This record gives sequence, structure tokens and C-alpha cells, in this order.
Amino acid sequence: MSSHRIPLLKRMVQAGLLMVAMLVFAGAGDDSARFNDLGHRLMCACGCNQILLECNHVGCSYSDRMRAELVAAVDRGDNDDLTLQSFVQKYGPTVLAAPTKTGFNRVAWIAPYLILVLGLGLVTFIVRAWRSRPLLMPADAPVPVRGAELERFREQARKETEA
Amino acid sequence: MSQIGSFALLLALALSAYSFLGGLVALVREQDTSSARLSETARRAGVATFAVVFLAAVVLVVAAFQNDFSIAYIFHHSNRDLPAPYKFATLWSGQEGSLLFWSLLLSAYGLVLRLRYKTDVRLFAYASVIIAAVQVFFLLLLNFAANPFGVMQGSLPADGSGLNPLLQYPEMVIHPPMLYLGYVGFTVPFAFALSALIMRYPGEKWIHITRRWTMVTWGFLTCGIFLGAHWAYSVLGWGGYWGWDPVENASLMPWLTGTAFLHSVMMQEKRGMLKTWNMWLIFATFGLSIFGTFLTRSGVVSSVHAFAQSSIGDWFVAFLALIFATCVFFYVKNRSHLQTEHKLESLVSRESSFLFNNLLLLVACFTVLWGTLFPVLSEWVQGNKVTVGPPFFNRVNIPVALLLLLLTALGPLLAWRRTSLESLKRNFRWPAIGAVGVGLLLVVMGMRPWRDASYFYSLMTIMLSVLVALTVISEFVRGGRVIGRHTGQNLFASIVHLAHRNTRRYGGYIVHFGVIVIMIGFAGSAFNQDKEMEMGFGDKMTIGPYTLVCRSYTQDDNPNYGSEWAVMDVFKGGKQIDTLYPERRFYKASQQTSTMPRVRSTIKEDLYLVYEGLNQDTGRPILKVHLNPLVGWIWVGVWIMIVGTVVALIPNAVPVRVVAPARMHAEPVGAGD
Repeated sequence: MSSHRIPLLKRMVQAGLLMVAMLVFAGAGDDSARFNDLGHRLMCACGCNQILLECNHVGCSYSDRMRAELVAAVDRGDNDDLTLQSFVQKYGPTVLAAPTKTGFNRVAWIAPYLILVLGLGLVTFIVRAWRSRPLLMPADAPVPVRGAELERFREQARKETEA
Repeated sequence: MSQIGSFALLLALALSAYSFLGGLVALVREQDTSSARLSETARRAGVATFAVVFLAAVVLVVAAFQNDFSIAYIFHHSNRDLPAPYKFATLWSGQEGSLLFWSLLLSAYGLVLRLRYKTDVRLFAYASVIIAAVQVFFLLLLNFAANPFGVMQGSLPADGSGLNPLLQYPEMVIHPPMLYLGYVGFTVPFAFALSALIMRYPGEKWIHITRRWTMVTWGFLTCGIFLGAHWAYSVLGWGGYWGWDPVENASLMPWLTGTAFLHSVMMQEKRGMLKTWNMWLIFATFGLSIFGTFLTRSGVVSSVHAFAQSSIGDWFVAFLALIFATCVFFYVKNRSHLQTEHKLESLVSRESSFLFNNLLLLVACFTVLWGTLFPVLSEWVQGNKVTVGPPFFNRVNIPVALLLLLLTALGPLLAWRRTSLESLKRNFRWPAIGAVGVGLLLVVMGMRPWRDASYFYSLMTIMLSVLVALTVISEFVRGGRVIGRHTGQNLFASIVHLAHRNTRRYGGYIVHFGVIVIMIGFAGSAFNQDKEMEMGFGDKMTIGPYTLVCRSYTQDDNPNYGSEWAVMDVFKGGKQIDTLYPERRFYKASQQTSTMPRVRSTIKEDLYLVYEGLNQDTGRPILKVHLNPLVGWIWVGVWIMIVGTVVALIPNAVPVRVVAPARMHAEPVGAGD
């Protein structure tokens, strides 16, 4: 049984890796797609707090110029890193719409996933701890439940199944 | 006018201080015979606070209508030609006025609470004292740091500076009140939770009381957030509805923790579990509401929405520290009261699904908080600010949202305590097949998830939304059938009957349905298109299935603003279907310009036109056109969520007990709340 499962699992992992690779490398093609992609990774420097390609700030003196610079960089065939770096040189690090993945900025990306992993660990720990907690019941044979206690159990059952 | 307003604020401070101190002394000296009378006077002082704060708010609004520019706040946020609705909205359009509005809403919530004190006199007395304490803070701010009745120095100006043009939109009249009702409303569940902890309140009655308040508050906050999104979409003219701006984030954080609380509180009600967790969730929700206010008003983060930078940030920091210290103190003192009553019996259970749901909501909240504050942290550590914008938030939060959708689909199928895998498979099979089928259909129709991560996420969102929809529908149908067998009603009547018997559960499902409709709307953004073009008379532009023809462009003038606009005929399939008038305004008082996009909205897509201005060289208008698929679904989804919330607030009908015929087989009806 398990010998059949391993190749299947292998194929699934391979298919998964292929999909991830397709997602990573797909769409790295034409200039307009690159312009669109890079333009959404840059902020307009006018202070409107908007993505470069979405800045519609009336009378904005920056966005037209920045777009023209981006078109020129894409036409020259500058790679993504070089293009973004040239904008950082000119407009400062706040021109990038997201933190880079270098130096201290890496912390920005790592922290949410770290919290997710720690949280998952914590929830798993809590679930295990609760499941292994002994029931508060007498060790000997069960005693029939009557009167107020029975009413309490009924109330509990009602709460858990109705409203 | 300003003297009446200032006096009213001082009187309100005195009354709320008495309500707080008198109530506190009465609770501390509960054994004294005079404490009941003292408590009653404190309660009445709390009631009177509402009347006096209301008077102050009325004075400010009247001053706006009377163009009383001797009051600095009116000078800065109004002008003579401002239309009446915006003069009314002056109350919340600036820093000081909005703090007064906050105080007014808090006193109104306090009024309702204090009038309903007979529900549980002691618990309500504690809650009243806590609300009075919060009220004292806001009234101290209003009296000593941000007085809306401050007077102008020097000669009296002839006219005001006017309201910011971006704020001159009908939603200005309703969005801030909704948002504030949400923010301020979380004070009430916080007050009840802290009261229950302080007095070691026996049982879960306080949870029942709190849940209703929390749902109402959460409903207001939901409306407020989406009204803001709609406003941004309709006015800002960048074609989007959510920009992950710090102020938008500030409203989202308490919504996320409030949503987590609404789910996890069910575990406390039904199983006596997660007591500590729920207590801290509601503390955090209230704390985040205050924190959001701090972010908006302190100038710590830069945002287009933020109020002017001021010194009141220090007040909020001190208040937040005080809240945190109080919560920690009483938690440490009384934590033995929060012992869990039951254990978790299985990983495949409703309880564990709530745990994971809470985890994901809190991770999303942390991500939003982290991304919002990271620029400040970066400046401290590296000495330079960085931008944390949409690419960061989308990349981190979209996978979390997809996992949440998966849990939303699974949750209703899980029973309390334990669910057999067989039953889960049985109930999950057809919805899963349906979701995969829809996914394949979309690929066949031309969706290419491998081309771009955004397409992939879009497809996953739609598939998971279908999964949730099918599980929700199957829950209604299965339950309706059982009711129908017992009562002989048709399926629709049975479903209505079923929902009325457990409004909270089925109202919750309707809310979930609204959420997935919204998510489908979000998924459409992966396929947005836009074009920009200078257009003269008769020029054409084609985007998607639409052809736009510029029929004319012209100008107009009124006392409040001058405007330029284009007249654009919209054709589809060779037939004219509409005429749109995108506009650009120049507001005279504030000397600022603003765009007024025009949107042709259908359930399939929005055609969104922005008049960007005249080309100075050619004298012809520049138009930007967006084609945004599925945006209309977002607004429909919000209405569904509101309906669901209202249904969940309706009291349950008493079940009609019908003796089932012998040997009648009944299928399992869901799994409780």
C-alpha cells in the first residue's frame, strides 16, 4: 500500500513545484507587463501615498515624470533590480511600495509568517494539552445522575445543541 | 455661542467625573447603607452627561449653520456657501469636532446602558463606572487639549476656509458616524468584560449581554469600513476602494479582533472554554479602537486621511498605558475566575475550528498592525523610513484570507465536541466537487491561474467562495427539509422557520454568505484594466466591450465650486447604452481641486471614468478609464452582511414541539451554532 503511495506523493510534489515555478516565472515577458508590474512596486513621490500607476493626484508634478522615467528604463532593457535601485537613488527608499528583502527590512516579511507558525504551534499545544487533561470523574462505577445535577446536564445539552 | 459650548463641556466633565468617582465609591463601599443612593446619583449623573454633551454638539452645529467664524473650528472647516448637509457634518470633519462627536456617541451608549440597568443592577453599575472613566478621558481632551469652541484671535474673518473638497461627498454625512458608532461601541463590551472580571461575575450572563452589544457594534463598524471603501472608490478617482492606508488599517484591526471575539465567545457560552482568551480579545479590540484613534490623530504615521498633527497623541499613549495596566492588574488578581470548564475532545470539532479561525484572524490583525508600524520601527532602527504599501499587505494577507475562507466552509460542518471523519466527508463531498467544477469551468472559459500570482489567488478565492456558498446552502436545505417533514411546510417556509428558531446561527451563515460575495468582488481586481487618453470632440476610446466617444467638454460655476467636465457617450456592441459626465471641481473657499469620477456599474463590471484635467497645450481633456470587474459584488455583499447581522440580532422563536411519527428518519441538522 505505502509503496504505491510514495510515487504518487512524489508526482504530487513535482506537480506542485512545477506550478510554483510557473507562478514565479510566468508573466516576466513583455514590456507593458513589466511596466505595469514595476509601476505597482513604486510609490508616487508627491506624498499622496499612492502607488505610482494609481496616482491621479490632480496637478501631480511627480507621477508623469516618474512614469516617463520608468518607461525609459524598461525600453533600455534595465533589469528590475537596476530599475528599482535607480528610483531609490533618486527619490529615496520610501519610493519602494514594500520593504526590500535585505538587511533589517527582512524582518518585515518574516514576522507575520513567524507569528503564524508560532500561533499554529501554540494552538496545537493547547489542543494537545486539553485533550490529555484528565476528566474530573470518579474512578469507580458511574453514579446515576438525578435532580439538580441532571437538570444542569440537560441545560448544558440544550445550550450545545439548540441556541 | 462658544461660551455656551465651552461651559457645556466643562459641566459634562464634572458630571462624568462624578459618575465615575461616585459610582466607584459606591461599589467600593457596597456594604454601606448609603451606597445604593450614591450609586443611583452616579447613574443619573451619567445620564445627564449625555444631555450636556448633546447640548455642546448642538451648539457646534448651530454655529456652523450660523457661519459663526469667531469659533476657530468653524472657520477652519466650513464656509458660507457650504451645502447644508456638510455644515451638519462639520461636527465630525475636524480633529476637535470629531472628538466631541466621539464623546457624544459614548455618552449615548452610556445612556442606553444606564437606562437598562435593571437587567443586572450590580454588573451595570460596574460597567457604568468604566464607561464614565473613558468619558472623563475624552472630556479632559476636549476641555484642555482639543477644545472645539476655541475662538479666533484678531479681526473676525468674513468667510471660512471651507471643508476639504475630498470630504464634500454624500457619504461624509454617514460614513464617519457609522465608523465612530463601531469604534465607540466597543467600549460597552469592554466595560462589561472588565466588570465581569473585577466582580468575578458568576456564570455567562454577561457574555449574553456583551454579545448583543458586540454584534451591533461590529455591524456598525462593518458598515463604516465599507462606506469608507465606497467613498474612496467614488471620490479619490484612482479606481480602487482599499489602499492599505494607515487610517484604513486602523479601522480594520478592531474589526478583525471583534470578528474573532464573536466566534470564540460561542465556545465560552456553550462549553465554558477560552474565558481568558475572550477576555483579552475584547480588551484588545477596545485597545485597538483607541490605538486607531491615536494613529489617526497623533501624526505618528503619514496618511491622506489623518487629522492634522497635534499634541494629543501623548494623551492617547497615556490612556492606552492606563487601560493596559488596569486590564493586567485585574487579570492577575482574578485570573482564577477564568478557569476553563471543559476539555477539548477532538481536533475535528467546532471548538478547534474556532481556535484556528481565531489564530488566522489575529495573524491578519498582527500583519496589519506590523505593516502599519514598520515604517516607524524602521526609522528607529535604521534611521530611515520605508514604505509598507499594498504589495506587502496583499502578499501576506491574501493567503491568510484564503485559509479563513476554507475554515468558513469547514466550520458549519463540524459538530461541537467531535465530528466523525465519515460525516465530514459525506457533508463536504458535494460542495467540494461543486467548487472544483466551477474552478475547471473558469479555466475552460479562459482564466489562466499559472500566468500570474494574482490570477491564481483570484481563482482560489472564487473556488473557496463557491465551497462556502454550497456548504451554507446545504446547511439551510438540510435543516429546512427536517423542519418541513415535521411541520408539513414547503422548503422556503421551513427554512424561514429554521432560521427564526436559531437566528444567531443562521444569521451568521447569511453573514458568511455576504463575506464570500465580497471576496468574489475582491477577486475581480486581478483583471482590472485602465487606459488614459486625451480626447477631443468625437474622439473614441475602446476598453473591454465598451467604446467611449467624447461628445463635448464644458465648464460650469456655482458659489461653492467651479467645474470642468466631459460628456462621454458609452457604446457597447455598437449601441449607445449610457452617457457619463466625469468632472473636476475647483473649490473656491479652500482653493483646492477634486475629481468626481463617474461610474457605470453592472453586476459584471464597473466602467469608471476620471476627468484628469485639460492639457494646457491643446486645451483638450485627459480622461482615464478603468474597467473593474465584479466591484458591484462588494457592495451587494455588504448588504447581505447587514441583513445577516440583523437576523442574528432577532430573538429566537420558541421551538414548536411536534411529536415525530414513529420510525421517521431524520437527517442530521448541522451541528449547533
